[in-house]
Amino acid sequence: MWTLYKKEIRSFLGSLIAYIVMGVYLIMTGLFLWFVDGNNLFDLGVASLQVMFDISPFILIFLVSAITMRSISEEKRLGTLEIITTKPLTDRSIILSKFLASVTLIALTLIPTLFYVYAVYNLAQPLGNIDLGSTAGSYLGLILLAACYASIGLFSSAITDNQIVALITSMVLSFFFYSILSMLGDINWLDQIGKSLSWFGLEYHFDSISRGVIDTRDVIFFLGFSSIFLGFTQLVFESRKW
Amino acid sequence: MSINVNNLTKIYGKQTAVNSITFNIPSGKVVGFLGPNGAGKSTTMKMLTGYIPPTTGSGSICGIDIMENSLEVRKIVGYLPENNPLYLDMYVKEYLTFMAGISEVKQKKEAVEKVIETTQLQRERHKKIGQLSKGYRQRVGLAQSLIHDPKVLILDEPTSGLDPIQVVEIRNVIKSLGSDKTVLLSTHIMQEVEAMCDRVIIINKGNIAMDQSMEELRNDNSNLEQIFRKATNHVDTL
Repeated sequence: MWTLYKKEIRSFLGSLIAYIVMGVYLIMTGLFLWFVDGNNLFDLGVASLQVMFDISPFILIFLVSAITMRSISEEKRLGTLEIITTKPLTDRSIILSKFLASVTLIALTLIPTLFYVYAVYNLAQPLGNIDLGSTAGSYLGLILLAACYASIGLFSSAITDNQIVALITSMVLSFFFYSILSMLGDINWLDQIGKSLSWFGLEYHFDSISRGVIDTRDVIFFLGFSSIFLGFTQLVFESRKW
Repeated sequence: MSINVNNLTKIYGKQTAVNSITFNIPSGKVVGFLGPNGAGKSTTMKMLTGYIPPTTGSGSICGIDIMENSLEVRKIVGYLPENNPLYLDMYVKEYLTFMAGISEVKQKKEAVEKVIETTQLQRERHKKIGQLSKGYRQRVGLAQSLIHDPKVLILDEPTSGLDPIQVVEIRNVIKSLGSDKTVLLSTHIMQEVEAMCDRVIIINKGNIAMDQSMEELRNDNSNLEQIFRKATNHVDTL
């Protein structure tokens, strides 16, 4: 399983996609945090990375989908799936190694943004006056969120042998589970039903964890959500056997 | 018995791809699996290698059941799927090392060196697979199937799409393997069977149409092409 994990990481780093993802993420968050008028750090006058954490979930929808779109669909198209599934590996370990590799890549993408934390920490008056708890929670939240997106992405990649179809399916599903579900909570006539549905949305739990209070219920929700989609992925993966 | 197939059946929806076939292959034999397109050759091979399960029936490789102990079977079987799928963006050596890893080979370096030598890929080892010609890609595919020194080799059309010289080269490699491995290979080319195999199984519309050793066939005096046409019910119009 680790051999496959290492191979996945290596093929990310060997292809342009990893660098594009990292570059795009850094540029986008950098722009919004420091430069875009109206909402940037200096306009707000608050030493906080909140702006970055607000837009990151949306940028990640696109980036994680881009990372995962080819992971299974391409193997299906090339036929290499038939080789790895006839090696002494279980279907589950194949999916899990692809999943872990995608999450690792996102974690690597987040690392350079620690520089922003350092910068904001030094800009704060008095020095170091930022909410480190909330920042740490947000980072954990982003990684857990990326894990959920990655599981959706793998599922989308498993249902097709076309990368573009996988990309779009994954983006639509991720947006639905992050944003649309939580929007339902704001619709008045849905009342309590909307509120309950929004609990199933990823945004609800991301916001909660971002506050810096790491509630095990949120962590379990994220992990459970990923497991469910990985389960679906395995189901699709094994459909060849039906 | 190296490969043991008992009433193996595969039904896709309403279509029967493989219809209750039974055969046994003793170890150390090279067996040709012949049949027109869509006869069920690839399906049978996919079932033996654990890619898809049979609808009914059973099979075993070196005494290990293909259904109950699929993971164990995969450790002793080398498989080259149809059309030789490869990761084109990997380097030859990198790919083989990766394959050694997922095949649970302990001494990876030695195993990679050995298959590179067997398939004569020495000069191509540092190239990207995508840069190789079809013949060399086929060798990489074959090397991949040999990496864990399997007892049984299952090769689905190992020589399709190669030029005549490459065909002969690949054939020689396979033939040299036949001395200590059991090989089941599918092909369309009759001369190939004559050149490599100890035994021929002809399959048509999911049924075994003929199962004979090469010696018996040679004594029969008619050429293999005619036998093939007869077995698959092709009326000669000439």
